[in-house]
Amino acid sequence: MTNAETAQVVLRLDRITKRFGALTANDAVSLDLHRGEVVALLGENGAGKTTLMNILFGQYTADSGRVEVMGRDLPPGHPRAALAAGVGMVHQHFTLADNLSVLENVTLGTEPLWRWRAEDAAARARLARLASDFHLSVDPDAKVGSLTVGERQRVEILKALYRDARILILDEPTAVLTPQETDDLFVTLRKAVSNGLSIIFISHKLHEVMEIADRVVILRHGRVVAGMATAKTDRHALAAAMVGSEVSAPRVAPGTPGVALLQLRAVRTPDRGNAPGLKDVTLDLRGGQITGLAGVSGNGQAALADLIGGLCIPDTGRLDLDGACPVEWSPRVAVESGLARIPEDRHKTGTIADFSLTENAILESYHKAPMSRSGWMNWRQAEAKTRAILTGYDVRCPGPDTPIRLLSGGNMQKLILGRVLEANPRIILANQPVRGLDIGAVNYVHEQLLKARDRGAAVLLISEDLDEIMALSDVIHVMSEGRLSPEFARGTMTPADLGLWMAGHGFDEGLAHAS
Amino acid sequence: MRLEPITNPSLARNILPPFLAIAITVSVASLLAMLAGANPFAVLGLILKGAAGSKFAMLETLNRATPLIFTGLAVAVAFRARLWNIGAEAQLYAGALATVVFGTGMLHWPAMALLPTLAVAALLAGALVLLIPALLKVRFGVDEVVTTLLLNFIFLLFVSMLLEGPLKDPMGMGWPKSERLIAAARLPRIVEGLRLHWGFTLALLAAAVVWLIDQRTTLGYEMRAVGLNRAAARFAGIPVNAVLIKTALLSGGLAALAGFSEVAGVKGSLTLDLSPGFGYTGIIVAMLALLNPLGVVAAALFVAGIFVGADSMSRAVGVPTYLADIMLATALLLMVLAILLTRFRVVRE
Repeated sequence: MTNAETAQVVLRLDRITKRFGALTANDAVSLDLHRGEVVALLGENGAGKTTLMNILFGQYTADSGRVEVMGRDLPPGHPRAALAAGVGMVHQHFTLADNLSVLENVTLGTEPLWRWRAEDAAARARLARLASDFHLSVDPDAKVGSLTVGERQRVEILKALYRDARILILDEPTAVLTPQETDDLFVTLRKAVSNGLSIIFISHKLHEVMEIADRVVILRHGRVVAGMATAKTDRHALAAAMVGSEVSAPRVAPGTPGVALLQLRAVRTPDRGNAPGLKDVTLDLRGGQITGLAGVSGNGQAALADLIGGLCIPDTGRLDLDGACPVEWSPRVAVESGLARIPEDRHKTGTIADFSLTENAILESYHKAPMSRSGWMNWRQAEAKTRAILTGYDVRCPGPDTPIRLLSGGNMQKLILGRVLEANPRIILANQPVRGLDIGAVNYVHEQLLKARDRGAAVLLISEDLDEIMALSDVIHVMSEGRLSPEFARGTMTPADLGLWMAGHGFDEGLAHAS
Repeated sequence: MRLEPITNPSLARNILPPFLAIAITVSVASLLAMLAGANPFAVLGLILKGAAGSKFAMLETLNRATPLIFTGLAVAVAFRARLWNIGAEAQLYAGALATVVFGTGMLHWPAMALLPTLAVAALLAGALVLLIPALLKVRFGVDEVVTTLLLNFIFLLFVSMLLEGPLKDPMGMGWPKSERLIAAARLPRIVEGLRLHWGFTLALLAAAVVWLIDQRTTLGYEMRAVGLNRAAARFAGIPVNAVLIKTALLSGGLAALAGFSEVAGVKGSLTLDLSPGFGYTGIIVAMLALLNPLGVVAAALFVAGIFVGADSMSRAVGVPTYLADIMLATALLLMVLAILLTRFRVVRE
C-alpha cells in the first residue's frame, strides 16, 4: 500500500449529483483517487455506483459537480475525453466484438480510418509486451467469441492498457470469474498498481474488497455513507455500513435426501464452438437436497443447464424423470413436470425487457388455464398472479404494468423466482442465481432455495462462486471440460481440493474408480 | 451531441415529437412548392381540400386508404414478431389472382356465398406466398428480407405470364388483363352512387381483429414475445418457429385481402398495374403507426389523404405529384426521429 495521504491525486470527483426523474442516483458524491491506489466502491444494487462511474467515463452528464483528472477538469459527457485523459473502464457487460480477434478488438478505434493496412506488427508487439508486463496471457489471434469469460475480461483490461490508461475502473470484475481467475486478476491489478496505475474497483464481494483495496468508499442510496482504509476495518463492519444493518448469512442445516427425481445416465451432448458439450455425465438430483455444481465458466455448465432446462436433448445416454424417460423433452414439458428454471442471464433469457411485469410473470404459464382458455388471454388472472408474486416475493416496483427493464437486477430476479417457485416445483435448476446481486438479494434468493429444499425439492445450484456452493450445497460436483466429477458429500472437500478438480485433475482416477 | 436514454418520458415528450414531425413535413413541402413556383399556402390548401374538402374527396381518400390498411396491417403484424415481410406486394397480387381465378365464372354462386369464398381464397393464396420464405427462414435460416423482397418481382412476372397466357381476356383486345369478375363477385358500394365499397368496412374489421389478436389472445402474446426477445421466448417454452409460421400466414393473408378488395371493389379485373406499390407503402403506413393495428387505420388515412390531395392539387396548379412522395418520405424519417426523441434525450457537449 502506498502512502495515500501524500501521493498525488489523479482523480477527483467533486460533489457529483445526478437525477433520473424522481430518483437521485448520486447525491453530492465526492471521491479522491491517489496514484498507485486501489479504491473499492461498495454498495448494494441501485446504490449509484455504476451511475457514478458512467459519469466519470462521460457516458452520463452530471446535473452538477466536477470531474478532475490529473488536476485538469474533464469536459462532461465525452467518453473520448476520458479516454484521452487516461481513464479506462472495464464494464460488467463486456463491450467486445465477438467476430473479431483479440488483437483487432484491442486496436479497434485506435487506428486511423484511412490507412490501407493495419500496422499489425507494431500493435502485436505492443500487445505482447503489455500482456507479459501485466500477467494477462491471451492468444492475440483468437476470436473473442471463442474466449471464456475470464479471457474476455483480460482482453477488456488489455484494451484499456493499450490506450495508455492511468486510471482503471473495473465494474464488478469478479462477478464472472472463478477463484483462480480472480487470483490471476488480482495479480494483474497489483502489477498495475506497482506500475503507478490507480484503480477503482466496484464490487459486492466483501472479502475481495478487503483483499485488493487500500481504501473503501461505501455508497448507499446515492450518498457516500462511509470511507475507510481496509486496514482499519473488517468485513462485518463493511457489510453493516453497506446495507445499513448487520447482515445475517443464512445458517444452513443439512437437508434430508430423498429419492432421485431427475437422473442423467452417461449423457453426451455435442460441443458448441469452444464450449464443450457433456461427456458421459451421470448425475442424480435427489429431493430434499441442494446439489452444488462448481466449475470454471465454459466447462459444460451451459450444456448441462440447457439439457435439464429442456432446451436440448441428449445425443446419447438418457435423462430420466422419476425413473422413467420422458417421451418428449422441451422447456414446456420440463416446466409441466415440475421443474423450475432460474436462467443464467436474466436480461437475455430470463425476461423480456419491454414486457410488463405481468407479461413477464406469465411467460411459462400463459398457454393454459387460468391464464388463458382456448387461446384467449385472461389478463385479470395474469395480473392477480403478478400481484401475488410482487407481494409474496417482495418485488419493489411501481406496479404490475411497469416494463421490467426499469427494475434493478435484484427485483428482476425476485420476479423470476416468484414466477418459477409459485408452482411449487419439485426440481429447481438455479443457474448463477445470485450473479450481480447485492447482499440483501443474495440472502433472499438463498433462503428461497433452502425453503424449497426443505419442503422436498431437488435443487441443482450452478455457480462460479465457490463460497456460495460450499455454503449451501449438501453434495457437490465439479465440472471440467464437459466431465462431471463424482459426488462429494458436504464438508468432505476443502476449496483447494475442489480447485484441483476444477482445473481438471482427478477425473481419470475418478472414472477408473467408478468403473 | 449524444443521446441519453430517458427512463420516464414526460407526457409532453410523448405527444410533442409526432406533431413536430408533421409541422416540419409541411414546411418542407411548402419550400418545395415555392421552388416549383407556386404559392405554398395554396398548394397545401389544395392538398387538404383534395383529400378531405368534399364528400367526393373524402370518399376517394377512404377508397385509397383501404388497400393501405390491409398492407399496413400485414406489415405491422409481421414486424411485431420481427418477421421482416417486405413482400406484401407479392401477397397482394396473390390475393388478386385468387379472386380472378375463382370470380370470373368458375363459381356461379350468389354474392353472399361467393364473396366470402373469394376473400378466403385470396387470404389462403397470400398466406401461401409468405409461407415459403417463412419456412426457409425457420428451416434453413434464410434471411426473409431478401426472399420476400425478391419474391415480389418473381410473383409479378408470374402474374404477367398468366395474364399473357391462360388468364388472358379473349375480349381484351390483346391487352394483358384478366376477364372481368362476374356481377356476384363484385364488392357492392356501401352507399349506392358513391365509389366507396365494402372493402373499406372489411379493412376496418381486419384492423379490429388484428388488435384483438394482439391484445387478447395467446397468439398475440406469443408474437410480441418472439418479436421482443426470441431467446427468452424460446427459453420460456414458446414454440418460436410455430409462432413465426402463424405470423407469416396471418401477415400474408392480410396483404392478400388488399388484392381481393382492389379487384372485387374497384377494378373488376386483374392487370399488372393493380397496385401502385401498395405493398411497399404498407411498410410506411405500419412504421408511421408504430406497428399498432389501430394506428394503421389512422396512418393509412393520412398517407392516402396526401396521395389523393396531391393528385388533385397537381391537376389544379401543376406542381408535380412527386410532392406527395417527398412528404411521405419526410414524414416517415421525421417520425422515426420522433420515436427516438421520445426514448432518448439529446445532450449537447
